[in-house]
Amino acid sequence: MNAAVCQVASVLAATAVMLGAASRGRSAVAAGVDPTVLAAEARRVETIRQASATAVAIFAGAEGGGAGVLVSPDGYALTNFHVVQPAGVAMTCGLADGRLYDAVLVGLDPTGDVALVKLLGRDDFPFATLADSDAVEVGDWCFAAGNPFLLATDLVPSISAGIVSGTHRYQFPAGTILEYTDCIQTDAAINPGNSGGGLFDAAGRLIGVNGRASFEKRGRVNVGAGYAISANQLRNFLGCLRAGLLVDHATLGATVTSAVDGRVVVSDILDTSDAWRRGLRYDDEIVSLAGRPVRTVNAFKNILGTLPAGWQVPLVYRRDGRREEVLVRLAGVHAPAELARIVAGGSDGPQAEPAPPPDGRPPPAGRPPQKPPSRPEPEPALPDAVRGLYEARPGFANYHFNVIERDRVAKTLVTAPGAGQRGAWVFTGTLAAGGEFRIELSDTSATIDLPTGTSTLDATGELDASPEPPGSGGMLAALVLWRRLATEGPAAVGRTIYRGTAPRDPRTIDPTGGDLVDVLETAAAGVEARFAVDAQGGIVGIDLWTAADEDPCEIRFTGRRDDDPTMPLRMDVHRGPEPFGTFVVERVERTGGDR
Amino acid sequence: MIKVVAACIVALLPWLAAARADEPAPQPVIAGAARKVVKLYGAGGLRGLEAYQSGIIVSATGQILTVASTVLDSDQLDCVLDDGRRYEARLVGIDPRRELAVLQIEAEDLPWFALQEVPAAVPPGTRVVALSNMFGVAAGNERVTAQRGVVAAVVPLEARRGAAEAPFRGAVYVLDCTTNNPGSPGGALVDARGRLLGMLGKELRSTAAGIWLNYALPAAELSAGSQAILTGDVATAAAAGITPFDPRFLGAILVPDLLDRTPPFVESVDPGSAAARAELAADDLVIAVGGRSVTTRAGVEQALGGLAEGDPVKLTVIRRGMLVELDLGPRPRGLRP
Repeated sequence: MNAAVCQVASVLAATAVMLGAASRGRSAVAAGVDPTVLAAEARRVETIRQASATAVAIFAGAEGGGAGVLVSPDGYALTNFHVVQPAGVAMTCGLADGRLYDAVLVGLDPTGDVALVKLLGRDDFPFATLADSDAVEVGDWCFAAGNPFLLATDLVPSISAGIVSGTHRYQFPAGTILEYTDCIQTDAAINPGNSGGGLFDAAGRLIGVNGRASFEKRGRVNVGAGYAISANQLRNFLGCLRAGLLVDHATLGATVTSAVDGRVVVSDILDTSDAWRRGLRYDDEIVSLAGRPVRTVNAFKNILGTLPAGWQVPLVYRRDGRREEVLVRLAGVHAPAELARIVAGGSDGPQAEPAPPPDGRPPPAGRPPQKPPSRPEPEPALPDAVRGLYEARPGFANYHFNVIERDRVAKTLVTAPGAGQRGAWVFTGTLAAGGEFRIELSDTSATIDLPTGTSTLDATGELDASPEPPGSGGMLAALVLWRRLATEGPAAVGRTIYRGTAPRDPRTIDPTGGDLVDVLETAAAGVEARFAVDAQGGIVGIDLWTAADEDPCEIRFTGRRDDDPTMPLRMDVHRGPEPFGTFVVERVERTGGDR
Repeated sequence: MIKVVAACIVALLPWLAAARADEPAPQPVIAGAARKVVKLYGAGGLRGLEAYQSGIIVSATGQILTVASTVLDSDQLDCVLDDGRRYEARLVGIDPRRELAVLQIEAEDLPWFALQEVPAAVPPGTRVVALSNMFGVAAGNERVTAQRGVVAAVVPLEARRGAAEAPFRGAVYVLDCTTNNPGSPGGALVDARGRLLGMLGKELRSTAAGIWLNYALPAAELSAGSQAILTGDVATAAAAGITPFDPRFLGAILVPDLLDRTPPFVESVDPGSAAARAELAADDLVIAVGGRSVTTRAGVEQALGGLAEGDPVKLTVIRRGMLVELDLGPRPRGLRP
């Protein structure tokens, strides 16, 4: 016994001597140490110092807490859903500078176990940069910054170092823990309290957000396997989270299984799904989804798990040796009420399954419902710090932030050069298929002249009455709403919300998010439409539905006019996969001109 | 102890820096070595008794080396390679002392670890990478888990599983790396150049401290073990120091052990016991335990002792000239006589 104590003391003494030497100056230690080792050590110390500055300690009262990581100078920080859930909408956060900050909940992704919060009081927060997590390799150095066992009473995060142990891991939903798709596995120690904190690469870039670990016989302590939600998945969802949404994950409307020969084939499909409308059927082999190859069922689930509901992505499938490439629109996994119930923690008792299709087939397996720990019932009054920064609304984690983002995007539309003029818009040009066209849009009506005839829409009434021109699915209605949005703002277009971001061109999804554009969603005059808008207020695309579960009219805008930068050079119009026409715009006139 | 801790501190210093100039980058080394590690799926599926483990390819023509465990007690043993190819594996033989097993799959041109060229035992402080399908997280063509660590000590194994002492008493690598996890047994321990240093061992606890051991069987033992299996020169279980397990703890009373080689006839069966539920009957002659033939009463106790607590007890008996297979369920905790 004494001997053991003595030995421990000796070790501590030896360590103290080493640390003392280090603190007195590197020269004492440097003797005999390769200078490249010392230089590498100094680099690492600096990298960790910088990453530590972005680490957030989150306190959720008596229910514990966890970690987070700042990703913008104005205080947006990523963390886990299961970390903020006990805290409700307001929480206290600490940074390594030793200061406490009030924070407010912004967005929630309960399925992916992600939450976005905003720290208040500064616009110059240190923040981490999201790396391309698909470039991460097994064997890469990495480190986690977090608040394991809530040790950070001085608010300085704990650092644990390790390597990337695995990439593109799929972790089933287990018990109260949420599904982790396409995640990064690390042997850097991830313990309770590391949840929500960043996993950084050797250069200090954020490659993921830690949130889960494999625990075994030793209890809830690290045993060498922790899992981080990948930066690329987080980037896909970040726009939706900033939108204050209760974000849902995506389903193809089909389940897949491994065939005996190893191919991944469709084992079940909903005939109401977009994939079905695009031609996908039982036993078709899934070749790729969203540009990533599908060779295992896990790979399929991994890819799907990184995509928000509502995105359109390319799907390649094979039937009888024939390869088909289509664009499919992904539906949400949960009914909105179901997500709300999960967030409220009211998921006791049996969970409602999605309604089975009429022919009695089982629904495609979405993610089994989660059962997070329940939270205390009555919502306490909002603290002063977040008053005015929170608004409850069904479907949202915090509607206040949706208004902010919606108005930001609408403003780029309205204030873009040439926009905001109330007069009529007149487009003239040629059709790629031959012939000329003329489109005139005004407050009261819309007219299109085509070689096949002229169509007119009364812009003052219901827009779904007759989707003009015939066969387009509602091209004129889409253009009318765009003009109204750009000239009068979202308030003039019925209920308009910010939907987050989506790829500019779904056919070429950039995993590093280089080409994400903002999406506004509006429901007005009997139709529902989504507008994709780039950072300059230029329109990128419009999808307009006159009826749910039918193919929308899709307009894709390309090119920019030198004289009127928000106006396109070209409009491609589709009804679902069916091309309606390609409009080469030669001239745009805005009459009237009074703003 | 100081030596071990000091060795760890010294060993960690290079890890703190970038890879040493004379060492290759870790990513391709790990990728190359991981191709020689396989995922094995067999019997089990209960908590604490997983149905999967790891193995290493030791010949281009499909010889697999792994740890001998209950996972192998299955007539359907699947082996999944790094590239996702799936094969049925056949058990070639077992070295009960080292608790190693050789399997065979019908494949060719595989990447493999050459057991003939294993490096001599490495000293404490050696940096290592452990490659295994821990927690079964890698499926199909997904790469096994890589963990970095350090050889903390090279010491004789004094460990147990269930009630039984681990039969191997030679030196093993104790690792500063949490490898004692479901699915890890049979995985590869490699050095910074990807050379095989050892095999991750079964889930065992120290007899001294009761803590779970992170250890690996050194490559020289792997070499000797596979050689012994392939030449049929395996040490007997008795020589390995297994504690005999009396079948009366299962409710089976054998005839008194009066002779040197008392044949294992059943004298009686306790009502309500596992043996009774399995319908073991008086006058049955036990001829195999877990598929391994036994000829004496002592042999039965020895074979049962070779099973760990919780392992399934399967008996083959002769009853009125007919072979009968009986499943007595999991082996209970052994009570020491």
